[in-house]
Amino acid sequence: MTEIAQVKSSQSAPLDERDKTTTGYAARMGLLAGILAGYVAAVGMVETFSGREVIAGILTLGEILLILPTFGIAYFVARKAKKYNMSRATILGYGALIGFISAIPLILLILLAENTNIRVMFVNISPNLAEILTFGQGTVGGSLLLTAVLIIIGLLSVTLILLPQHWRRSVQQALIWTLGIGMFSELIILVFRPLFGSGFLRLFFQQGALTIIAAILIFILVIAISLLWQARKAGIRIRYQNLGQPKQKNIRRASLGIAGIVLLFLPWILGTYLSEVIDNVGLYILMGLGLNVAVGLAGLLDLGYVTNFAVGAYIAGVLTSTGALGRAELGFWIVVPIAILAAMFTGFMLALPVLRMRGDYLAIATLGFGEIIRILALSDWLSPFIGGPQGILDIPKPSLFGFVFAGPQEFYYIILAACLVALFVFIRLNTSRTGRQWMALREDEDVAAAMGIDTTVSKLLAFTISAASGGLAGAIFAAKLGTIFPQSFSLLVSINVLSIIIIGGIGSIPGIILGSFLLIGTPELLREFAEYRLLLYGALLIVTMLLRPAGLWPSAVRKREIESAMDEGSGPEVTIPHSEVVSHGQEFPSTGIDPET
Amino acid sequence: MTMLEVDNIQAYYGNIHALKGVSLTIDEGEIVTLIGGNGAGKSTTLRCISGLMRPRTGSITFEDEDLEKYPPHKLISKGIAMVPEGRGIFGKLSVLENLQMGAFYRNDKDGIAQDLQKVYDLFPRLEERQKQVAGTLSGGEQQMLATARALMARPRLLLMDEPSMGLAPVLVDLIFDTIEEINKNGTTILLVEQNAHIALQIANRGYVLQTGEIVLSGSAKDLQKDPTVQKAYLGIE
Repeated sequence: MTEIAQVKSSQSAPLDERDKTTTGYAARMGLLAGILAGYVAAVGMVETFSGREVIAGILTLGEILLILPTFGIAYFVARKAKKYNMSRATILGYGALIGFISAIPLILLILLAENTNIRVMFVNISPNLAEILTFGQGTVGGSLLLTAVLIIIGLLSVTLILLPQHWRRSVQQALIWTLGIGMFSELIILVFRPLFGSGFLRLFFQQGALTIIAAILIFILVIAISLLWQARKAGIRIRYQNLGQPKQKNIRRASLGIAGIVLLFLPWILGTYLSEVIDNVGLYILMGLGLNVAVGLAGLLDLGYVTNFAVGAYIAGVLTSTGALGRAELGFWIVVPIAILAAMFTGFMLALPVLRMRGDYLAIATLGFGEIIRILALSDWLSPFIGGPQGILDIPKPSLFGFVFAGPQEFYYIILAACLVALFVFIRLNTSRTGRQWMALREDEDVAAAMGIDTTVSKLLAFTISAASGGLAGAIFAAKLGTIFPQSFSLLVSINVLSIIIIGGIGSIPGIILGSFLLIGTPELLREFAEYRLLLYGALLIVTMLLRPAGLWPSAVRKREIESAMDEGSGPEVTIPHSEVVSHGQEFPSTGIDPET
Repeated sequence: MTMLEVDNIQAYYGNIHALKGVSLTIDEGEIVTLIGGNGAGKSTTLRCISGLMRPRTGSITFEDEDLEKYPPHKLISKGIAMVPEGRGIFGKLSVLENLQMGAFYRNDKDGIAQDLQKVYDLFPRLEERQKQVAGTLSGGEQQMLATARALMARPRLLLMDEPSMGLAPVLVDLIFDTIEEINKNGTTILLVEQNAHIALQIANRGYVLQTGEIVLSGSAKDLQKDPTVQKAYLGIE
């Protein structure tokens, strides 16, 4: 307990922060890790995912999920402890303690699973789960083994903190790469089989997982590359800066060219299945970019974005279908602008009644619109036109100069083109005068009006433009599927798009792309996740808000905003009387966000 | 010459009768202050003048034009700018970008550049910090920024809502000195203040607002001497 006394005497840290480095705190956090792991096991994720091996015969995804809370929380606690200069021995002790305590809830779970039958309520607490948790070693032996494993994980996790920074970074990267490659082994085999042949791949992969040797090889390789890069990074950067403008431009052009070529041939490298996944990701990027105008730029929380998607899809469906409900049998390319305009018109009309609403009220009203559109699509009233629950069938595939966009690989190009156009438009908008208007609107409506900004027009414009890419995504979606049903336009679409924006970083375009891959791509790739998709979203949202409140890839502007807001909450900076007269230079107040993360 | 005339306006928040017939006039070149306690209706009066709220009865005339027909965002091109209560600066933009937002409705690049130099002369602190993010400024600097931003619109009438709020006394003096200077440079000012003491020091005339009604008005000097004002707002027994 001497360490605690030592920490308490250090006056640099604020009082409540210092409390967070006591043994009691570590124990509580350990318990939290154990409860988290127990929860993940009890809802059946561990069992479901133990079917997917990451490193053949050694590690399954289920086991990773089981140890991840302990690993993460030990890391978190150790980082804090290190910040307050606690000794190595103490930090290691915390790691072991967290590992040990986190085993307790799991052992209780094992006992519960083996000795009771509560499967009526908890389907997943079964002897089968106990078998997985005890590594098949019986109750006593298995529990001891589990405890030992968790203690080792806790120790490893805090050891990572104690490593010098460049080593820590390398090991982190190596872990992510090794586990990532292991997790997606099946896909990697799928992509590379045509290139290398299955004989070569069998050296590294075994039954859809990495072999031990391959895992070790990758681990060491990534560490080596990472260390080398970190050592040379500064040198390379200087050399790049010394190249002079024209050469730098050439390099940038070349890398853009390579990226372009990769993007161009991507569906043929990836194959049908992955192209389908990328297509879905692309559609959500498109919608994310659109919703970002309303939510990210103008600060209008729209929970009914699915409306625009549905309008685009139904307009395209009705106008192009060759089936019974087809009205015009127009070509896809003529219908795309019509669908976009229709969505924009809907966006405009729906914006009218909510013009005077702000914040939460606006969110609830738009949420209502999203539901109205789904119910309308299902209604008997409109079924003579849009088919009600039967939907619209026989939507033909688009073609261009005899080239038919038949499957996901061909559709990729339509989606890519749409995304590029949308990216161009929305980036330009963001930096334009209109973008400034939206920014002012988001910050303070009354002040915006006082600056001479017509807030009514700005809002209408935001909703209308925001709707455009939703309509475009809808039209592409209709043509891609060939049929549309009301079920495709549920509240979930709105939630998905909004989650993408929040997790990626509100207002950040790279964030939207990252968020789409993470939230739409990952569940498709790890099909076991599909069942837990909403749980994943919820967990990701909470973790993001706690650790990176500005999002995973925040826009520079938004980051500033959130940091200054956090500062206002904690800082005397706003009302300090003395510092007013004394100039205190350009220093920025501390932000509460750890620079290391 | 009368610049702004508020004639017998009545305003409501739902059923709450916030303004029960407020009348005041501002002549060109004056500093007029509107003083009163919490909830007296000072900010409501200002919201009515700036068009953010419509009075139910009564009229507001600016340079012989009825302001009723203009939406709030048009007022700035009429020559009315506002320094809102609580400053309302754009926290994540830099100081310079905030000032540029103040000139949002203007198109004359040269004029904007000139005015930028003018406000920098008025507030040298802002020039030092022009690249700093506005949200990280101190309270006093934020008040300077909000004032400077309003000046960027080159207004003839400046509406100021509680510029002294939350500031240390030494800063309040600084801000009010600047307000006097702005006025000397030709801008008419309507100053809404709770701090009657300092407001009456720089104002030409004043109005005292109490529960939605003007209870007293007159030259600032007379008001300073008035026993009720002394008792209620200046803390002199």
